[in-house]
Amino acid sequence: MAIDTFLQQVVSGLATGGIYASLALALVMIYQATEIVNFAQGEMAMFSTYVAWSMLNAGVPYWAAFLGTLVLAFLGGFLIERVIVRPVEGKPVLTLVIVCIGLLVILNSLAGWIYSYVIQPFPSPFPRAPIRVGTVVFGPHDLGVIVVTLAMLGLLYAFFRYTTLGLAMRAAAQNPGSSRLCGIRVGRMLGLGWGLAALVGAVAGLLVAPVIFLEPNMMGGILIYAFAAATLGGITSPFGAVVGGFLVGVIENLAGTYIPFIGTELKLTVALLIIVVVLLVRPTGLFGHAVVRRV
Amino acid sequence: MAAILEVEDLHVAYGATRVLHGLGFTVEARGITTILGANGAGKTTTLRAVSGIVRPVGTVRFDGRRIDGRPSEDIARLGIAHVPEGRGTFVGFTVEENLRLGAYVRRDRAAVGQDLDRVYAHFPVLGERRRQAAGTLSGGEQQMLALARALMLRPRLLLLDEPSLGLAPLVVQEIFRIVRTINERDGVSVLLVEQNAALALGLADHAYLLETGRVVLAGPADEIRRNDAVRRAYLGY
Repeated sequence: MAIDTFLQQVVSGLATGGIYASLALALVMIYQATEIVNFAQGEMAMFSTYVAWSMLNAGVPYWAAFLGTLVLAFLGGFLIERVIVRPVEGKPVLTLVIVCIGLLVILNSLAGWIYSYVIQPFPSPFPRAPIRVGTVVFGPHDLGVIVVTLAMLGLLYAFFRYTTLGLAMRAAAQNPGSSRLCGIRVGRMLGLGWGLAALVGAVAGLLVAPVIFLEPNMMGGILIYAFAAATLGGITSPFGAVVGGFLVGVIENLAGTYIPFIGTELKLTVALLIIVVVLLVRPTGLFGHAVVRRV
Repeated sequence: MAAILEVEDLHVAYGATRVLHGLGFTVEARGITTILGANGAGKTTTLRAVSGIVRPVGTVRFDGRRIDGRPSEDIARLGIAHVPEGRGTFVGFTVEENLRLGAYVRRDRAAVGQDLDRVYAHFPVLGERRRQAAGTLSGGEQQMLALARALMLRPRLLLLDEPSLGLAPLVVQEIFRIVRTINERDGVSVLLVEQNAALALGLADHAYLLETGRVVLAGPADEIRRNDAVRRAYLGY
């Protein structure tokens, strides 16, 4: 009956929400460190997923390919900051936007060139048989996604909160001038931030690919949901981005189920609607704060 | 006595605006040197050039080694701690996190812990507020935090930019007393920039007077204090 459907939809909303949350967190990490809205975040995740796919095809076991991909994604993000982002650091916003869009197009075409635009299935590491609790049926992949994203978010929180390196990375993002006076190598910290964001995005790509299948344009829609999540939670708040991600996932799923004319076709419109409404009503999002600048 | 910091023929320009015109001065090892001057004389720029925030033309030697043109994170790692104008604390971070950031480049974890205790002994109010966000501290407490953070680096040279700015006289006295203690007990050399000339001359052993980017007077602090022109223009009696 109704309550089963509701619970099922909430859980599956939390699962997709975890993916949005991860990608939104990657966006916020980069925005906080460099004030760049990284439009290429989705394509970076897509490319990482293809890297994992290559490894799986070569016979590497799933979790080894998973970890290997995270390492490569981290190095890739670090390299992108060094080679592409650093030369335009501090340039006008439009320059940064163009650079990110250029990166998006390059990664997209590169994936298409190497792997073709044919849609490919991507395996899930979780069992197939549905899990029944009473009359409610949960998808094992959904539950797995929730567990993996929560574990990753927990690890990230611990890293930024309790380690000296995490502290220094936050300091470099908040106050680069004073960080340098403390001897912190700010450039390196920004590179690490990009690497970490790429890693978090890669997890999102790997977890969403079994659901939406693998192809170079797979992350386009997901990135819009992630933008909705970051906007809803507040682009200045990592915590907000995570909460926003889960909220958007659940809202989208419930709206698709219970509002007849939305269905699956208009779900993406819900995300866009969230962006517009938040920007009109509360531009700082739920947990963000207005940035005050002295001029 | 040997000089820990030697500056020769220092020039700095912000775009087309030249701020320093061939400045020269030294800071003695274990000494306190002050640079006096009016607003816009180039005092802050001088400190910024030493710590590498701005790129100077000229020679800056720290402990005999050229450091001009090196990035400020490297200069900090050599043991020069700069307490900038406006304090530069990490406002969203707790007091203790600020202090841990100050010790970021150090690898001697046990000694960092001891220094943390020592800093709390110097500044009991920071100990009481160690879990509080730095942005919520009063102006005086933030200045103490900025100084304490600099000390966590275990610097050999401390650059202080207007530590008295905007603070109540009692708080200023407290901060100057601590600077003297640090200098005497730990042998930390100090380069102090101040608008409050009376205060600075009371603390320093050497003084330089800056006017529009040039040194116009230099000597032991006692002599400078007795100079008629300085007395009239900067001490006001």
